[in-house]
Formats: sequence, structure tokens, C-alpha cells
Amino acid sequence: MTALLNVEDLKTYFKTDRGLVKAVDGVSFHINEQEIIGVVGESGCGKSVSMLSVMQLITTPPGEIAAGKVMFDGQDLLKYKAKGSQMCSIRGAKIAMIFQEPMSSLNPVLTICRQMTEALEHHLGMHSRAAKERSIELLKMVGIPDAESRIDNYPHQFSGGMCQRVMIAMALSCNPKIIIADEPTTALDVTTQAQLLELMKDVVSRLNTSLVIVTHNLGVVARYVQRIYVMYAGRIVESGLSKDVFGNPRHPYTIGLLKSVPRLGETRSKRKLVPIDGAPPNLIDMPPGCAFLPRCKYRTEKCQQEPWPVLRVVGKEHNVSCYVDMQEK
Amino acid sequence: MKEEQRDAIVEVKNLKMYFPITKGLVRRKIGDIKAVDDISFEIKEHETLGLVGESGCGKTTTGRCILRLYRPTSGNIIFAGRDISVMRERSIRPLRRNMGAVFQDPLGSLNPRQTAGSIVADPLIVHHMVKNGNERNEKVAELFRLVGLDPDMMDRVPHEFSGGQRQRIGVARALACRPSLVVCDEPISALDVSIQAQIINLLEELQEKLGLTYLFIAHDLSVVQHISDRVVVMYLGRIVEIADSQELYDNPLHPYTQALLSAIPIPDPTIDETRRRIILKGEVPSPTNPPSGCHFHPRCNLATGECRESRPELRDARGGHQVACFRI
Repeated sequence: MTALLNVEDLKTYFKTDRGLVKAVDGVSFHINEQEIIGVVGESGCGKSVSMLSVMQLITTPPGEIAAGKVMFDGQDLLKYKAKGSQMCSIRGAKIAMIFQEPMSSLNPVLTICRQMTEALEHHLGMHSRAAKERSIELLKMVGIPDAESRIDNYPHQFSGGMCQRVMIAMALSCNPKIIIADEPTTALDVTTQAQLLELMKDVVSRLNTSLVIVTHNLGVVARYVQRIYVMYAGRIVESGLSKDVFGNPRHPYTIGLLKSVPRLGETRSKRKLVPIDGAPPNLIDMPPGCAFLPRCKYRTEKCQQEPWPVLRVVGKEHNVSCYVDMQEK
Repeated sequence: MKEEQRDAIVEVKNLKMYFPITKGLVRRKIGDIKAVDDISFEIKEHETLGLVGESGCGKTTTGRCILRLYRPTSGNIIFAGRDISVMRERSIRPLRRNMGAVFQDPLGSLNPRQTAGSIVADPLIVHHMVKNGNERNEKVAELFRLVGLDPDMMDRVPHEFSGGQRQRIGVARALACRPSLVVCDEPISALDVSIQAQIINLLEELQEKLGLTYLFIAHDLSVVQHISDRVVVMYLGRIVEIADSQELYDNPLHPYTQALLSAIPIPDPTIDETRRRIILKGEVPSPTNPPSGCHFHPRCNLATGECRESRPELRDARGGHQVACFRI
């Protein structure tokens, strides 16, 4: 089976006054058809920047996609110009994106109707009346009550959860092959988060779309995704099927993360949290070698001398970038 | 149980905090936002009481009332045997020494132009707890060590610290006067996942060492449940359930608590698959115009006519587990 989207060795750098920031430094991942994958990591680990690079939404300068391939439909998207017509016909139509803050991703001075029909008219060449009808249908599908009249409202008349539903409807509007959701529920309450994630899971399976969920919430990933990529300091440190990564984590960072988050039903008398010491590194002019080294409990002599380890296979679809075999620990 | 014998350090009785909604040039009052609407609970000595709920449920307002940063509309707050709800600002000041506060956004709650050392020293100066500069520096250095910061960093300003370190400064400031009660309002939600556990563990260690009492306010039930002895669940300005932390997880009684618990995924797919999921319909209504009767009834599967008409009181279901629902 060939992958729907295949990202190979993607590198995105930002030139700043204080030095070069390697926000994404050699990231490879793929998405199969009708698959839900998760990208997890802390803020600044490069998870959003990798997704924006796929969409060519990196502001240049200061950003620059330095190397890599993004293979979609047999074409390398990075060969296209960011503002060229080929990229524009893919962005929003074949690969759509949902952003973190629904309130600020919608234009406050345009009605929902205007913002929703834009993509339909542009990509599918629909007439305005047909586009509006289709938009109403989409709004109904994502559970907006009274869609016929609500479509003429402005974003401020919607709650945060409703705005995110509108964003989902917009992402779905051109029947994309892939939806990239960048922290789709971080700004929302837990009960709304549950509603929206169930909705997204439901619509992507109905429309045969693939979904990428970018998040820092390990629970969300565990519940909704099939495959997971764990990122740290601009690289993927572990990848695999969700049940393998959670059931048998093999990278010290993944293990540390899982031990440091409280779980429901486990009070402090039952299990004490084990934090990861230190803080995530500053990405400006990073030294070569494993970026997790200063915080790692299992580091060896070899880790300090060798460059950053490449991903190696440790199981079926399970890869880890670490010299130490955590299985033995 | 040992818990029962502990004295209450804070007693909140029928607390109401309404904020006026005004309109027009003369700011005519046209209504109230009932941020906190008649709630009662107590915080026992040396315990951690968790306060959990979604945004707009009044959890922060409750915390601020207990610190008397707001003057409550009505009701009583008994702190260390004295009713602080009606006290004048001048007479409260000496009592504030016994209260500390840790806020959500560590960068926003620290003055960017003040050094870390002087931030931590401020409460000591305000409450006349140090006589001279030497004593002040000694105390600040001691506080820095207490929260795991290097005292050599005293002269740095907040932006030179990482997120976790900034929150440690916030904790040091809260503890400067050796308070008995510390109100932690979302102390970890602005921090990175791998840093959160550091602050949780720090708070737990400090509690053991100094015998502190915490009111721990957060929206993340898994964090609240981890750190708290007892948990108060709020919905739209009212308390819906109070129970021991483990009991609340094992045996949630209120339909809202049940939905809230089921909405939080457990980071382990094999365990999470087996859990029951309740997806609530609709959203939290606006506190300006809350539903009649039980505020939760429009989203509740069990709601009846009674729920629409009258407000359920918080009552004891069993052994200290309190719930506000007619149908339980």
C-alpha cells in the first residue's frame, strides 16, 4: 500500500538575529488512506511547523524550507511555488487545515457564509447560491443548530466550540483527502473537546478522509489515533502504532512523558509523578548529538560522542531514535 | 476517619458573588452575572481541596472571594475563625499574611521589570516581616532554595527564566510570609507537559514540609484528582458534587461529573477502550441567563419536570460524599 502523503527528511529553518533555529530538522512521516495519525510533543518541538511546511504556509523570510520532499499524488509539493496556482489548488482543497484558536482563525468582519463559500467558489467553481446551500448542509453535518439563519452570523456570535465546528465544516467543504488539525481542541473545555473529537472521528470515517491530529495531549492521542509520532526538538524520536507506543514505549522521552502525566483514578497515594528533569532545549544553534541527552536518565558514553541517532526499527512499524535499548531497562 | 477530625481552616457559607451588567452612558444596571450562586463548603487544615469545572463555572471567582480580592455580594467566609467577608480592607491586611496565591500565567503575574529576588521579597516588606536588607536577602535566598531555585539567580528578571522556573518564583512569593492557606489558581495549565509534574511534585513536597493547606483550582480533572484529598465540582456558579478524590472517580454520582470524567481520555489505549463514554449535548449556557431549576437540566439525560422547576440542594449521599441532584 502506498502512502497518501509521504514526507521525507523535511527541514525547516528560521534565521533569527540570535542564530539559526532548526525548528524542523529532518522529519519523515507518512499518512495512509483513511488513517488517523497523531503528532505529539511539547511547545516548540516543531510539530506545528512541520505541518505548516507541508502546506507551504511558512513565512519566508525568516523561515525557509531547507530540504526535504512532500510527496502527494505522485508529486513533490515542495517543488511548487508557495503562492503558485498548483499549490493553491491543493491547499484547502486536497489538504485542509484546522487551526488551534477558532476565534482568531476566522475573520471577525466577514459573515460565516462569506468565509465558507469562498473555498467552494474558488476550488469547485460553484455559484454563490449553490455554495451557500452546500455550506448550510456542511454546517448541519457538524451539528450547528438552525444552520439556515446562523450562516449569516459573524464569528463573535458563535461560542468557541461552535467556531471550531465552523472550522471543521470549512475544512470538509472541498472533500479533502487529508485534514490536518493543529491542536484543534486545546483552547476548548473538556466536554466540548470530547464532542468535537467524536465529531471529527465520525466525519472522517464517513467521508474517507485521513486525519492528522497535532497535540500535546497524550490522552487525546491514545483515544483517537491509530499511529503516533512523538517529536522532540525538531525531530521524531519515536513512532509506531498507538497501542505499541503507549504499551511499550522505547524512547526515554516518551517513557518520561508517560510517567509525568497524572491519570484519572490515580491519586498521589497510588502513584507519585516522576517529572522529566530540566527544560526543553533552546533551538538556537543546537549542538550536534541527541537533544534529549541533558535530561536523559539513561544516557551512556556513546550518546555523548555520537551524532543524533537515526530512527531504528524495534518492532512492526515501531521506530525509535535512541542508542540505548530501553527494553532491557 | 482521621479526615473528619481535622478543623476547617476556611468555611464558606452561602457565598454569592454577582457582577453587575451595565448598559449605556450612565452605566445603568440591567442584570447580574451570577458568577458564584450560593455555594457552601469548607477547607480542612492540611488538606488539598480541588476545585474543578469548565470555563465560566465560577471556580476562579470563588478563589478570589476566599482571598478577599472580591467583596462577596452575600454569604460568609470564615477564615481562621473570623468572618472576612464583611471586613474592611485595613483590617484584612494583617490576615492576608496567612494566605498565599499562585496564579496561572507565570509571566503575566510577575512584574517584568522587577528582579526575581525583589518579587519574592515584596510580601516580606509589605507585612514588615524583615528588619533590614541583610535579613531580607537571607530570607529570599532561603525561599529560593525551598522551591528549588539557585539563589544566585535572584538578580535576574522574569524573562530570563524558563516557564517552570517562573512558576517556582510564583510559589516562592506565595510562601514568603509562611501562610497557612495557599490558593493555587490553574498553577500548571500554562506549562509544558514535561514541566507540569515538576510543579505538582514541588507543591506536594512543600505541603508535607510546611503543613500547608491548598485550594487547588484547575479545569483538568486528572491533575486535580491527583493532587487533591477532596474535590469540589462546579457547574455554572453552583456546586454539583463534593467527594473524596478516589471516591469521585470510583463512584461519581452527578450526571455532569460522570460526563466530565468520561470526557477525559486516559493516556493508555488499552485501558481507555474499556471506558464508558458519555458525550454531552450542547454547550455550557451563559451565566447571564442560566437555565431554570437545576442549571444542568438542558444537557442531562435524567432531567424531569422537577429538575426544570426547582434547584436541587447539595445533600449528603453517603459518608461525606455530597451531591446536588434530585435523581440520585
